[in-house]
Amino acid sequence: MSTEAIPEPIDGDRRAALISTCVVGGAGTVAAAAPFVLSFQPSERAKAAGAPVEADIGGIAPGEMKTFEWQGKPVWVLHRTPEMLESIKKCDDRVADPNSQRTAYPTPTYAKNEYRSIKPDYLVVVGICSHLGCSPKGPFGAGSNPQLGGDEGFVCPCHGSTFDLAGRVFKNKPAPDNLAVPPYKFISDSVVMIGEDTKA
Amino acid sequence: MGLHKSEYKGLLGWIDARMPTLMSEYKKHMSEYYAPKNFNFWYYFGGFALVVLVIQIVTGIFLVMHYKPDARFAFESVEYIMRDVPGGWFIRYMHSTGASFFFIVVYMHMFRGLLYGSYRKPRELVWIFGCLIFLCLMGEAFFGYLLPWGQMSYWGAQVIVNLFGAIPLIGPDLAIWIRGDYVVSDATLNRFFSFHVIAIPLVLLGLVVAHILALHDVGSNNPDGVEIKDKLDPRTGRPLDGIPFHPYYTVHDVFGLALFLLAFFAIMFLAPELGGYFLEWNNFIPADPLTTPPHIAPVWYFTPYYSILRATTEDFMWVLAAGVAAYAILLFLALRRPAAKYATLIVALVVVALMIGGPLKLDPKFWGVVLMGLSVVIFFTLPWIDQAPVKSMRYRPAWHLGLLIAFVLVFFILGFLGTQQPTPFYTYIAQACTLLYFSFFFLMPWWSRAGGFKPVPDRVRFAAH
Repeated sequence: MSTEAIPEPIDGDRRAALISTCVVGGAGTVAAAAPFVLSFQPSERAKAAGAPVEADIGGIAPGEMKTFEWQGKPVWVLHRTPEMLESIKKCDDRVADPNSQRTAYPTPTYAKNEYRSIKPDYLVVVGICSHLGCSPKGPFGAGSNPQLGGDEGFVCPCHGSTFDLAGRVFKNKPAPDNLAVPPYKFISDSVVMIGEDTKA
Repeated sequence: MGLHKSEYKGLLGWIDARMPTLMSEYKKHMSEYYAPKNFNFWYYFGGFALVVLVIQIVTGIFLVMHYKPDARFAFESVEYIMRDVPGGWFIRYMHSTGASFFFIVVYMHMFRGLLYGSYRKPRELVWIFGCLIFLCLMGEAFFGYLLPWGQMSYWGAQVIVNLFGAIPLIGPDLAIWIRGDYVVSDATLNRFFSFHVIAIPLVLLGLVVAHILALHDVGSNNPDGVEIKDKLDPRTGRPLDGIPFHPYYTVHDVFGLALFLLAFFAIMFLAPELGGYFLEWNNFIPADPLTTPPHIAPVWYFTPYYSILRATTEDFMWVLAAGVAAYAILLFLALRRPAAKYATLIVALVVVALMIGGPLKLDPKFWGVVLMGLSVVIFFTLPWIDQAPVKSMRYRPAWHLGLLIAFVLVFFILGFLGTQQPTPFYTYIAQACTLLYFSFFFLMPWWSRAGGFKPVPDRVRFAAH
């Protein structure tokens, strides 16, 4: 090879061929990356497992809570007593988002009320903390959990967020949002369909 | 024809004539790599890290022969390895102990860098490759921790993947994309397995090679922070204070390695769980997607950063915003170029505005994730924020060492708090430590220049023993 630099004239045709080859090849490479990126998405099987589930809530005694599985997540159904409903009212000024105005986990319109439910007696929420996805503990009665103090509600074991009995997060806690209310509807007085609602 | 004229005889000569690279690389990196003769205790840890890497790879290969990356069988297959596979418990405990030791060794190795200014010019790239290795190691540890499919595996992964959910707009979808499902599930386990056994190790090995090559190009630093290449033997052209890595440091490191392995196997045989720090109790319970264990915490090596995440509360955001504003004013006064001055001011204004207003207003989740990320990547900046006129702590004011020790203490306190349940009192301490942690780095351009520095000798100080 010669080390002398004799600038050869640029062959326009070859240069054009080179550029167009690179562009086409590059586009092909990007297109070939798509299936790899898409393969990370939930599979059809995972999506099918996210179908609505029917929950029999007839056997839940007042004051008790039962957990159902929907999309692999725990969904709580809490049968609230009148005293429990009363305790929610007392929390109004100490919860971060009393009227569920925030939109990160939009609350369905039928649950955009003080008790965050269709029927005040039954609270239906996804039992996953809006902070980093742990499942809170509870419900705790007044004075039975130091993190809640005199309030009734739920406590997240991971980072100490606390929620009232409507799933509303207390102020100045790591969790930014109230517990999510899943889409749901009453099929009968004792059966709830979780994951599907009557579109208003 | 075409054969290289070899100085070696026999088989080695035959190979050398055909592949001279072998011996020239051996010389470059071993027998003719001149390392400073004054290495001390702290210089053991790079070699240890390499040994632990080998331990992890070898034990990992054998674990994969028995482990099943399937949500139905994963937990059971780990118990099967522990109970039924001959020698399985040995291999698995070696791998789990190795994971914690990897971090111990790497933290010591990094501390050495801070102590003697090993990241300073011309070793910035060595340090950057090292930081990238550290990031890979964190990823490797995180992905690997899901594989036993215990309660802590499951909920730890759930929490960390949800960190990505804090990113505005794309967050929730990104979290689903990472998990491959709406919650951590079989799909997540499978892909984490793939990352843990092939993707990250490949990158890690490449980075380790780059780290060592970059080091051997510039040469090792030493406890005096003196460049040994500045004083060459006029006859041989070799550094006067350098000794060949092989045999001097290979023998030296084998001695240290013997002590290291003594400690390693003592823990592995006598206390492989190390009181719940190396293997957490909750991970002996199979993963249950419907119940979070009452107390969840990451493994010890992640707890300092995790504490910073937890320390970020809504109230604390005001303190942080004030801190950013104060720092911007400090930078504004310190910077000379008007463009840099005003750019700093504008960036700070935007950051403060985002912190206290707009859609991310006082959002402790988002800003906690930002702070946690920052607490790790800030190590990358050390070569530039350390402005001391000398490299080694030996010739810096005594209080510089005091600050470094204080920083290590803060790191330990954060680490301890990260293993504990959050209480208001602990949160205050974690917040104070978070401020101290970041002050150490952010104020380094100023404090590292302050005080009286001692003269650095021409040659390394070394007394033969």
